[in-house]
Parts: sequence; structure tokens; C-alpha cells
Amino acid sequence: MSVPKNAGWRDVPKAGRILEPGSAAEYETGGWRTYRPQHIPENCIHCLFCWLYCPDMSVIARDGKFGEINYKSCKGCGVCAQVCPGKRGQKALVMVLDEAAAATAEESCAEPKAQTK
Amino acid sequence: MATLKELSTREFNISSGHRACAGCAFPMIIKQALMAADNPVVVGCATGCMEVCTTIYPYTAWKVPFIHNAFENSAATVSGVEAAYQSLRRKGKIDKKIDFIAFGGDGGTYDIGFQSLSGAMERGHDMLYICYDNQAYMNTGIQRSSATPRGANTTTSPAGKESFGKKQYRKDLTEVMVAHGIPFVAQASPAMWSDLMSKVNRALAVEGPAFMNVIQPCVLGWKYDSSQSVALAKLAVDTCYWPLYEVVEGKYKLSYKPKEKVPVREFLQKQDRFRHLFTPKNEHIIDEIQAEIDRKWEALLAKCGE
Repeated sequence: MSVPKNAGWRDVPKAGRILEPGSAAEYETGGWRTYRPQHIPENCIHCLFCWLYCPDMSVIARDGKFGEINYKSCKGCGVCAQVCPGKRGQKALVMVLDEAAAATAEESCAEPKAQTK
Repeated sequence: MATLKELSTREFNISSGHRACAGCAFPMIIKQALMAADNPVVVGCATGCMEVCTTIYPYTAWKVPFIHNAFENSAATVSGVEAAYQSLRRKGKIDKKIDFIAFGGDGGTYDIGFQSLSGAMERGHDMLYICYDNQAYMNTGIQRSSATPRGANTTTSPAGKESFGKKQYRKDLTEVMVAHGIPFVAQASPAMWSDLMSKVNRALAVEGPAFMNVIQPCVLGWKYDSSQSVALAKLAVDTCYWPLYEVVEGKYKLSYKPKEKVPVREFLQKQDRFRHLFTPKNEHIIDEIQAEIDRKWEALLAKCGE
């Protein structure tokens, strides 16, 4: 983040400028996810459509091939699995329930109810 | 045009962590458009989803210089930046070649930003305006815009007992921009990445103003499963709902002709904003929409000399 949390007005750049490009990468959006894309290497033809279409820049390509998925930012939209042509009708990216993300979501939903009692 | 393998060695000029809805298509448009630029770019953005989601203070998802001013003046703002650059260039204070891109949603382009867009194009600034057309004011909660198609259910054209949604057909802004007589006008879809990138590349290369209208499926407003964004952007092209063409120096050229024209019904059926049309009472609206699409498609083919 370009501005420290407890910064006073003197510490903040004039006119609300943000001096660090792409600082949003520090903000994790992975917690939005219910389903998570899972890569199956044997079905992957490295077409890179997932890399091209991922709206969250979460598919990382390495040396012109599929590299990995950044689960810290992946929102689990499923676009990558939809555009995946796969091999012989078998997709290289499939959406599976993200148990950890689902549990966190459940927890955060349960909290306000407990407080109102 | 480079292959995806070659492109994948480059870094994206937009980062993760923006707060667009899961499956939103505008990050795909930004990705492809900025990757297609050969020179450093300066980006300006009208108020709208793109601006709100990518620049939540104190973060920014942009890795290029970015300026936001107001809803209605994205084109005027970027034309001012371009004029300042030309002035510095004339004085010899800067010799780098820089490209200028203004983004705007359909609300900020078709309606609210229309006069500033028209003015910037008429003044002949060397810039590219890209409209990401999601066909309603999605950021404020799906109000109709002049880009909303006939029959669509929005919060200000609600479908119900007395209404089938928006009554009017959408404004054909691409044709309006052609009438400005600017050197480059094109329509594109993020599903056809190679076409979109080549158009952005050529639009930036021309001396003078360029305009591109890009369709952008919206998960929230069109009401479909978030995984279908690319599929819908493709289907819009295959149904000739969103034909891909370009007008360079006044000459029409069709960029893509679907092998088989898919009935528009299939495109409408996948979106819940048109759900009410699939009832006996409203079925005739679908036929009317199809007839209008056929008419416009034939007219476009004639203009392109196909």
C-alpha cells in the first residue's frame, strides 16, 4: 500500500495520487470464492486461454506454458474452466468446491447472528 | 499479431486485487487492449464500474499512468492530456512516443459523456476511445441507458404485467462515430482476442482520433452464471447481435462473418434479463428483435460490399 494505515494528512500524497503502480495486487480477493479451479496437468495443452481470459490475472504463465493459479486473488468465477478446450474432451481446469473458503464464508455469516442474541 | 505464447512473456498492465465482480469481462478488455499497445500509454477513465473497481483508494490496479476526472468528461480529460503532451513535444521537452486511451462505459459514452466524446473526436486529438458496452448503468444498479437493447429488464425499464422491459431499440453509437468522419472506428468483442488486439494496435497507430465499441457481458446486469462471460461475448458475435467490423478512412470492412448465423433467441435465452420474453405474451418481441438484427446485418453486409 502506498499510504500507511495511520498516516496523517501531511503524509498523504497531494490530490489523492497513488504512487505505486498495481498496488491493488496486495489486496486479496480470494476470499470471495466458493469454487476453486483445479488444474489437471495431463489434460493441459498449454493453449493459455485461461491466462488470457482470467479477469483477475490469477493464472500465471511461465515460459509460454500454464504455470500456476494464484489462489490469493482468484475469485472462482469459472471463466478459465469454461474456456478450457482440454484434451480429448477432458478439461484441464475443473471447478471444485473450495472447502476452506466455504468454511470461512459460513463462519463470517454466522457471526452477526451470535451477536444479536 | 503475436501468438499467445509470445504474449505470455509480457507483463499485464493491470494487476489482480481489483474489486470487479467475479467473471466480469472488462478486465479482459483492459488486459487485451493494453497488451496490444506498442508504446507507453496513458489511460483515462470515465466514472463507472471500471474506474470504481480498479482505483479504490489507496490502491490502484493500473500499472500505467491513470487519470480519472468525472463521469461525463473522460474524452475531454484525455484530449487535454494529449494536447499537453503535443505541446511538450513541440517544445522539445519530451521526445518519447506516447499513446492515449480513454475508457468509458456505455453510460459514460452513449449518454452522459457523449458531448465530450463528440467534441474530442471533432477536434482531432491523437487518441483512442474505447467504450466497454455492458448495455446499462451497471455500477449504480442496472438502470437503462441508450445502449440497453429492446426487451431488456432493468430497474428503470422493469418487465411486468404491463411492460416487456425497455421499449426502444439501442442507439447505434458505432455508426454515430462513423458519421464523425474520424480515421478509425471499429466494433470488437473480448472473446475474439486476436481481432480486438489487432484493432487496438491499428487504432493507436493512426494519426488522429479513433473509436472502438467493445461489448462487455455483465454478470450482474445480464444475469447469467459468472463462468459464461466469454461464451456470451462470442455468442453476441455469432448471432450478429454484435457484428465485428471496422471503418478505416470511411471504408467499411467486415472483420468476421459467422459460418452459420445463430438465431438471437439462443443469445437471449442465456440471460435472465430477457427471461420474461420467453412467455406466450411476449414471444413476438423476440421475432421483432430478430427482424431488426437481420435488417441491420444485411445493411452492414451491403456497406462492406459482401
